[in-house]
Order: sequence, then C-alpha cells, then structure tokens
Amino acid sequence: MTATDTHRAIEAVFRIEQAKLIAGLTRMVRDIGVAEELAQDALVAALEQWPGSGIPANPGAWLMTAAKHKAIDRFRRDKLRERKHEQFGYELEIEQEAGQPDLDAALDDEVGDDLLRLVFISCHPVLSPEAQTALTLRLLGGLTSEEIARAFLLPEPTIQQRIVRAKRLLSEKRVPFEVPRGAELEARLSSVLAVIYLIFNEGYAATAGEDWMRPQLCQEALRLGRILAELARAEPEVHGLVALMEIQASRFGARTGPSGEPVLLLDQDRARWDRLLIRRGLAALDRADALNAASGRAAGPYVLQAAIAACHARAGSAEETDWARIAGLYAKLGEVAPSPVVELNRAVALAMLLGPEAGLNLVDALAGEPALRTYHLLPSVRGDLLRRLGRFAEACAEFERAAALTRNERERKLLLDRAAACLAKSEEPKKPT
Amino acid sequence: MRFISMVKSNEGRSGPPPKSLMDAMDQLVKDAAKAGCVMVEAGGLLPTSNGARIRLSNGNVTVTDGPFAEAKEVVGGYAIFDVPSKADMIEWTTRFMDLHKHHMAGWEGEAEIRQLAEMGAEPCGQAASRAAERGDRVSA
Repeated sequence: MTATDTHRAIEAVFRIEQAKLIAGLTRMVRDIGVAEELAQDALVAALEQWPGSGIPANPGAWLMTAAKHKAIDRFRRDKLRERKHEQFGYELEIEQEAGQPDLDAALDDEVGDDLLRLVFISCHPVLSPEAQTALTLRLLGGLTSEEIARAFLLPEPTIQQRIVRAKRLLSEKRVPFEVPRGAELEARLSSVLAVIYLIFNEGYAATAGEDWMRPQLCQEALRLGRILAELARAEPEVHGLVALMEIQASRFGARTGPSGEPVLLLDQDRARWDRLLIRRGLAALDRADALNAASGRAAGPYVLQAAIAACHARAGSAEETDWARIAGLYAKLGEVAPSPVVELNRAVALAMLLGPEAGLNLVDALAGEPALRTYHLLPSVRGDLLRRLGRFAEACAEFERAAALTRNERERKLLLDRAAACLAKSEEPKKPT
Repeated sequence: MRFISMVKSNEGRSGPPPKSLMDAMDQLVKDAAKAGCVMVEAGGLLPTSNGARIRLSNGNVTVTDGPFAEAKEVVGGYAIFDVPSKADMIEWTTRFMDLHKHHMAGWEGEAEIRQLAEMGAEPCGQAASRAAERGDRVSA
C-alpha cells in the first residue's frame, strides 16, 4: 500500500468507527465535547502509529483503548485542579474498562444503545433545529464543520459556533445520555426524524443557491436514516422515513435534465428511476405497515408520506397514477399533521382526479393562509391549473409570482420559462373552435 | 455509491462455509449497517458444474457446460453494498476476508470489488478528481 492508500484506509476506518467511539466515550465521561476530543486524540494516535505498524486487526477496539488512555491522562491532569466529586467515579470506571480484555463482540447491543443515545442527545429539544442538524451531521455523519458549512451554504465559523454552543448547552443543562422511555420516546423520536428529514430536504430541494439538488446531503440523511432503522427496528415511523427517503432518492437521476435543469415528477422519464432504491423503499414501507398493524397503531406522518411516494413509484406512467388514493392519503396526513402545505398537495391530487377547475377552487380556498403567503408553490400550482384551463395570461402572472418567491436559482429559471411559454400561448391568435 | 464484491476461490478445495463463519458474516453486515454501509443484496453461487459458459468468438457461439476445470479460481458468491466511498468498501471487504482467516482456516481466495454504474452517479475517481479541482471535499 502506498502512503496515500494507507491514509485513505485510516480515514475510512475512522469514518466507520467514529460515531461508535464518540458514543461509547460519552457514556463514560458524560460530556459529548470531551468525548469528541478524546476520539480526535485517538485518531491522531492512529495516524502516527498505523502507517508504520499497519492497521490493527480490530481497529475499533484499538481506537477505543487509545481514547480511554487519553481519558485517563486527562483526568490525572485535571486532578491538579479542583474537580467535581462525581468525576472520580467515571475515572475508576474508565480505568477498569481500559484494563479489561476486548469485549466488543459481546457488547454489540450496548454499542447499538450508545449510538442510539448519541442520536437522541444530538437531537435533544434544548437545542435549536439548526444546532441539532449541525451536531447530528458532525457526530453521527462524521462530517467536518467545513463540509457542513458548504452543504448549507453558510460560513464555516457559523457552523463551528453552532456546534460549540450546542455541546456547551448540553453540558450546562446536564442533558442525560440516555434513550428516552415510555411516553417521552415518541416526542423525542419525532424530533430525531425531523432533523434527518430536514437534512434530506435541504439536499432534495435546496432552498437557496445555484443547484437544484445537493445529493450529498440526501445521501447523508439516507445513511443516517438507515442507521437509525438498524438501531430502532421496532419503530414504524423510522421505517416510514427511510421508505420516504429511499423512494424520493430513486428519482435523482430523472429529476434533472441534461444541463442541470429541474424536471418535475410527472414529466420525468420513469425508466431513469432507480429500481433498487424503490424496492428498498417499498420494503421499508411494508415493515412500517406490518409494525403498525401488529400494534394496532394508525400510520404516522412519515409512513403516510412514504405511502404517497410509493403510489408514484408503483405507477408505470404519470397517467397510471392512483390520484384517488393519493388524495385520500393526503387527507389522512392532514389529520395527523395538519398543515396548509398538505392541503395544497391534496388540492393538486384532487385536481388530477377531478380536473383543473375543481383544483383551482380548492387552491383558492387556501389563498388566505398566512403560512402560504410567501410559499412559491402556491402560485406555481395556481399557474399550472390556469394553464391547463387555457387561461394563459393569468397563468403567466402566477408563474412570475412564484419565480419571485423562490430562492433557488434553478427553480426560478424553470418557473420563468413556464411563464414565458404561457405568455407566448396567450399571444397566439385564438383558434376558431 | 454501490459496489459489488465478487468472491473468488479455488473450486472444490473447500466445502461449504461453517456456521461460525456465516454467523460472523451476519454480524459484520449488522455492524456495517450501523456505520451507514448497507448490504443491498448478496448471494452464493452453486458449483460451476451447475453452470455453463456461452461464448461468442470468431462469429461462432459455443456453449461449454461446467465444471470449468481449467479455471483456477471461480466466483463463489457476491454482495452489493451501498457505501460512502471506495475506501469504506475496501475496509469492509478486508474485514470480510479476515473472518475467513478465523473461521475457515486454510481457505484462500480473492474478493474483487467493482463499482456499479448508477443512474446519475459517476465513477468515484472522476467525481473525486472533479471535486478536487473545485477544492471540494473528496467524498463523491
């Protein structure tokens, strides 16, 4: 192996082991910031030693042992200063563990539990959604601040600050490192799922910037979702979210045209959808449905959204789409997670089923919604319905309004193109009927 | 990105994998999933005596039934993984081969990993070098 290969191999090992390492260390030192520093120290040790010694047979155990020794060094150093009484306990625990033979294989479930605790603490409600997102990508996704900053089009110091503050806040508030139980679990889990889906959506329909999509963020979210599904197998909504992301990700190849322009769902070449991801998505949805059926629970918002995505995935062509089922699923979604955006989507499905006239009435009923006032999809949907009704001048005005509201350059271009096409139609002499 | 790993070994030299190896492989797949590396599909191949080769050469198609005596090593199994990078795939495949060392002493073979063409994806090398040109992180 060349030096570059070795370096790359070490990076891969670290990416694989990092979250487990930080999770295990957080359990021992009760501080996520300290745990992360210890993990970094262990990496530095690996980078020094492995190029000479080769990568050890059990690199995860090696890194953990190295980190524990660093932890002991740190506690001994801290002894010189005044410290909290409870730290003595942790120190003893770590010293004992560091002296023990490798129990990795036997402790598989414990590793899983630690990772799950890390997911829950990263998405803890004391943190803002922005902080939750940054911390999750950093600790579980293993992304650097620079990578996170680039993905969200923010300056790196902003992300660094968010992460530092988040870690400090968790420490100050003494947020326990645990998997919530009972009634609390559901609420906490939904905040974890929200963070993962937020990451996915930022990649799927970038709210701002030059690119229509940033697939890297989607990949990262999908990866986090799959990990979570492995850790929390009994939770239907986790499988629902994974199903939703797998099916949406299956459309990546078809969502952009040759020069990077967006291609809308009904115009996509379905032969370009990734069958494998669809298959995985449908299987995850089946798992979610089976779990719900077994426990008598009603489908939650992610399972319902996945079911809607599955309707599209199963339709061989846009014409074959089961709009009645989609409209019904949106109605259910509106019950469990009421939102004007859901209502707007329901209106679109009904317009496909009943015609643009009926759709327009439904959409107009939503026009007063404050939450939709600056939402570009409202005029965009109106424009589409007006176009289908042959009211091209009005359609053009709506597309222009939508273009003014979106912050995504690619989408703006698409909307302006649609406006121009409608304008051209409106200026055509009317054909005698 | 997706990779297929094709495991080749000398046919007939070894019997079926022992249960301890199968269990260790299951555990490896679970560990990989917890690190975000997902096994998409996997399968074992029956002996080449159950197969055949169909070859086009000099304008003629010929069929040769197995076993393929002249072949030193033949594909015995495959697995498809969805991983963040080629380096991750190499790491998991290395661990996979390591399991054989412990559970199937004396077994020798080779795992060839190849990236699968995907809709909208590009070979990891190309994406990486383009990213490097732009000064992006190299992860593709």
